[in-house]
Amino acid sequence: MNAQPILEVKGLSRAFGGVKAVNDVSFALHRGEIVGLIGPNGAGKTTLVNLITGVVPPSSGSVLFDGQDVTYQRPWQAARRGLARTFQIVQPFPEMTVLENVAAGALFAGRAANRADAEAQALEHLAFVGLAQDAHRPAAALPLPGRKRLELAKSLAMRPKVLLLDEVNAGLNSGEVDQALDLMRRIAAQGITILIIEHLMKVVLTLSQRVLVLHQGRLISSGDPASVVQDPQVVEAYLGSKFAERQRRMTANG
Amino acid sequence: MRSSAFFILSMLVLAAAPFIADNYVVRLCTFLCMYAALALSWNFIGGYAGYPSFATAGFFGLGAYAGALTQNLGFWLPLPWLFATVVVALFAAGLGFAILRMKGHYFAIGSISIVEILRLLASSWAQLTGGGDGLNVRILPGGPDYAGRVFLYSMMAVMIAAFITMLCVDRSRLGFGLRCIKQNEDAADMIGIDVTSYKTAAFTLSAMYCGTIGAIYASWVAYIDPSDAFSILLTLKVPVMTLLGGPGTVYGPILGAWVFVLLEEMIWAKFLEYNRAILGAVIVLLIFALPGGLLRMQWRRKWPSSVFGLPGLNRLKESR
Ligand SMILES: Nc1ncnc2c1ncn2[C@@H]1O[C@H](COP(=O)(O)OP(=O)(O)O)[C@@H](O)[C@H]1O
Ligand SMILES: [Mg+2]
Repeated sequence: MNAQPILEVKGLSRAFGGVKAVNDVSFALHRGEIVGLIGPNGAGKTTLVNLITGVVPPSSGSVLFDGQDVTYQRPWQAARRGLARTFQIVQPFPEMTVLENVAAGALFAGRAANRADAEAQALEHLAFVGLAQDAHRPAAALPLPGRKRLELAKSLAMRPKVLLLDEVNAGLNSGEVDQALDLMRRIAAQGITILIIEHLMKVVLTLSQRVLVLHQGRLISSGDPASVVQDPQVVEAYLGSKFAERQRRMTANG
Repeated sequence: MRSSAFFILSMLVLAAAPFIADNYVVRLCTFLCMYAALALSWNFIGGYAGYPSFATAGFFGLGAYAGALTQNLGFWLPLPWLFATVVVALFAAGLGFAILRMKGHYFAIGSISIVEILRLLASSWAQLTGGGDGLNVRILPGGPDYAGRVFLYSMMAVMIAAFITMLCVDRSRLGFGLRCIKQNEDAADMIGIDVTSYKTAAFTLSAMYCGTIGAIYASWVAYIDPSDAFSILLTLKVPVMTLLGGPGTVYGPILGAWVFVLLEEMIWAKFLEYNRAILGAVIVLLIFALPGGLLRMQWRRKWPSSVFGLPGLNRLKESR
């Protein structure tokens, strides 16, 4: 393992009008880590991902990727460097087939040499996420769980070093979430560093080695999952006392 | 397959026109090639990238003046035409960076204002352009029949060049990337497409051949003035042609341009009074009735016949 973090965020801030959506946030991701990012709605999680991937420029602070300063990069540059993200609201190319959607990721950010190669790689990624049978359907025809998987396959086709997952499980039923959990474990097993934004604590607690908590734009807590869920500040801001109580009982029993 | 056979056949007919038809037909064929080339050009930015550009007449007019002025300096054809092509391509590439930040209606308005600004410039810079009095262009020696052929084949050459460029783009990374941009620009950016460069490339391609066509047109008609060179009607007509034929397809713009020009010619001859109103109504009807253009209508018709019709017939035969 390399000691230098793959992604480092230093004092990142961004205000919209008077609202400080992200306020002086610093953290680092190490190679191969799975880190959870939690926080209430409007805490600034999506904005943080947008800042890291160049969708919105920061008001201040910096982003280092693989030791290189990439603060003011454009999103397409982030993608080619190996910094991929999924959108909270899925963003397919609706009139293209599922296969073409994934091939686009492989061609423009991944390692595909040409379109034929990109489509061959895309098929592998579709099989990996379990969408191979839908390869030739138009992307717009997929139901929501399928579109979430498509979004994942597209990001994987980009051969990322770091994958930022913004609520990929939102709107899925519990069976679908279990499948998604398995999928994310297999992605992590490929050695991809993952930052996962998630509301389902079950997912966060089973997957993450470390958890970051954002509240009103500030990083209010971070550490291993067990200690973060007991942090009084986190309980008050996000989890609620009932959750903490249940969690305490579960750990006591188990 | 059928489309390419039709394309090759129609090229042969166009090429044969001077030998089998009178000057009126040759002139009409020259217009068919000219508008097809303009509609193909528009397809790069409007059909592939999905940016509704109304700058066609700006590029056409700039090309016309650049070509006419160099031709009047005494340069041999086709040098002034090549010069016009380069000038317009550079102009569009420079302009693209600024104007392609706008989207949708804003881009449409921004692009149409280019036509207006260039027209004002041509009218007021009288020392260079002759202003509102227009500009006479040296007439090609050799007589009207010879000139008719030269201009038909020149327009045809540009149309074919635009068509081949379109085929190449359609199959390339650029074409694929532009299609992504059209469907979701943010997502395209996010998967590693350098959207600014791609859009600028599409805009430049959409301008380049318009510049050549404008210069050839100036040599052909031997006289240009600002309102003819930078015509608002032209800037509106060309996108309509592409939409009519099938935006984002390789044959659609040619088909749309030809149907439009032939309709226009027929209506012009038959209804001297209300020709523009009738033409307008026909075009509006066609576009509303065929949202994907004439080409896609054929496809939709083909579907039922190949899915249900032919196999059904085959089965009937087998059962006998
Ligand atoms: N583009 C934007 N313009 C204005 N305000 C924004 C923009 N993006 C986010 N915000 C604001 O920033 C805050 C954080 O939003 P967001 O990052 O979406 O939170 P989360 O993803 O944690 O729910 C919210 O108050 C939101 O309204
Ligand atoms: Mg969010």
